[in-house]
Amino acid sequence: MDFTLSKEQRLVQRTVRDFAEREVGPLAQEIDQSGRFPVETVEKMGKLGLLGMMVDPRWGGGGLDTISYSIAIEELSRACATTGVICSVNNSLCCWPIEAFGTDDQKERYLRRLATTGLGAFGLTEPGAGTDAGSQRSVAVREGEGYVINGSKVFISNAEKADIFIIFVLTDPKQGSRGISAFIVERGMPGFSVGKIEDKMGIRGNGAGELFFDDLRVPRANLLGGEGKGFKIAMSTLDGGRIGIAAQAVGIAQAALDESLRYSIEREQFGKSISKFQAIQWFLADMATEIAASRHLVRRAAYAKDRGRSYSVEAAMAKLMASDVAVRVTRNAIQVHGGYGYIKDYTVERLYRDAKITELYEGTSEVQRMVIAGSLLR
Amino acid sequence: MEMIVCIKQVPDTNDVRIDEKKGTLIREGVPSIINPDDRHAIEEALRIREAHGGRITVLSMGPPQADDALREALAMGVDEAVLLTDRAFAGSDTWATAYSLGKAVQALGDFDLIIAGRQAIDGDTAQVGPQMADYLGLPQVTYVRKVKVGKGRLTVERALEDGHEILEIPLPALITVIGDLNEPRYPSVRGIVTAYREKEVKTMTAADLGADPEKIGLKGSPTQVKKTFVMVPKRAGEKLEGSVHERVDALIGRLRDRNALR
Repeated sequence: MDFTLSKEQRLVQRTVRDFAEREVGPLAQEIDQSGRFPVETVEKMGKLGLLGMMVDPRWGGGGLDTISYSIAIEELSRACATTGVICSVNNSLCCWPIEAFGTDDQKERYLRRLATTGLGAFGLTEPGAGTDAGSQRSVAVREGEGYVINGSKVFISNAEKADIFIIFVLTDPKQGSRGISAFIVERGMPGFSVGKIEDKMGIRGNGAGELFFDDLRVPRANLLGGEGKGFKIAMSTLDGGRIGIAAQAVGIAQAALDESLRYSIEREQFGKSISKFQAIQWFLADMATEIAASRHLVRRAAYAKDRGRSYSVEAAMAKLMASDVAVRVTRNAIQVHGGYGYIKDYTVERLYRDAKITELYEGTSEVQRMVIAGSLLR
Repeated sequence: MEMIVCIKQVPDTNDVRIDEKKGTLIREGVPSIINPDDRHAIEEALRIREAHGGRITVLSMGPPQADDALREALAMGVDEAVLLTDRAFAGSDTWATAYSLGKAVQALGDFDLIIAGRQAIDGDTAQVGPQMADYLGLPQVTYVRKVKVGKGRLTVERALEDGHEILEIPLPALITVIGDLNEPRYPSVRGIVTAYREKEVKTMTAADLGADPEKIGLKGSPTQVKKTFVMVPKRAGEKLEGSVHERVDALIGRLRDRNALR
């Protein structure tokens, strides 16, 4: 068993870390305060090939493995969790399903754009279909050569600025979750609109909001993977997405450790650096240990995916643990900072708010436990 | 435009510590990077190629691990990479290095321009570029901060301590460049993948170059390092407090007191 990264993976790490520290991190506080979507960063990520990292070069992608991908998301999130999830959504939830289930025509029209200059969003959640994602209300009715879609979505990351959306709607309401189909739709199609952008606790710049479909006409060529395949596509897409979110959680936690280390060395109380006190050292040691464990679970899931093995349970475990660790580590980072950690001028205040979402989206921690227990009791 | 860019792999001095007893760098566990000035040299070559066409070969001398620096240059977009690596090169000073790189340049064939970084952060000599130009009999300009390509010539801006000079030089030539020149690009994901999976770093030994064994490595190095030591700051720093105006006034007062300003 070899835990060392390959030279290629190390250069990806160094390059993305460099990019994140110089171009992404300096915007993080402003984005958090204003809730502004960092469009300029998306453009830069596109140029570097970070929007379609694992996509086949044939469609304009980078051809990277999933371990490198998890490293890149970790490094981006370490600098700015908002940027991390914008990137993860585009790679895992938009590029991946089109590459896995799309036709060559769809790959030419949409995947190439998503992997280079476009921005995607993934529309599954509805007001009444969160954890119970099978209870969709949005409906597509066949009409002529295409479909007419009516309904709405909520909490859709990237909604504010995305131009390509993968949405899930019922084509056969009688069939329940087996009646769900996936469609690729574009901003600007008549009947498609983006609603309210949510004012959130954390990851405040990722433009998450509502989508509305009002007699939205979509050609049959935009049906992804066939009628009734939507739920399966959504679930398998989220398996990969969880690797991205777990990596994001590791990045947030690592940032909290970085900040805690720096602060505890500089800060003096009782005439010496607080890093000399065991109370602080124990926080730091626990943080480092839990982060390392989470990172290993992320890479294990990525490794399984790269080997073509099933990785659903591995991804669920990685996300369950990494998100739990991110919340605990960021909370303890505030404890290390004392009262200063509660002030917005200090990065750990943002990190604590950013960390919480990782326990919620792309399946709550309870959903991850359902997946894991389901495999144990099968 | 056929270009050769000379680069050096160096320890990242942001992370490097010094063995105070021996006066040497502790390189263990310190990441190696492309020397910062050399990144600007690579970037300039890429920009010249984008505007005028041509090919770029990066050239380096170092241990086998320097392969990583050359791969990174390939990932940034250069066409070819050549690494001079041989135990016989070990211990080379700037003169022996310039000789070895010069022999390699001759072995590589025709070229229009050699670009090197001003100096490496681990040695700070700024000698290898000029010595190479001397060995190859090329016109050279150091400390270049702006390059304009003309027909068979370059117009360059050379930074001086108190200004700059604009020079025109015929090609082929050698220039050494400084950080003000450009903002180096990040390697792209695709670039990294092709650098490691598809491209090749060609290695050359002293024998491949036909180098004179008396002129390379420790034996060929006239420089003798007598002693290295760690500079210890003698005075503690002092932070001036107050508004900007108060701080500037205090600073000017101090400088006047010491006759640094009159």
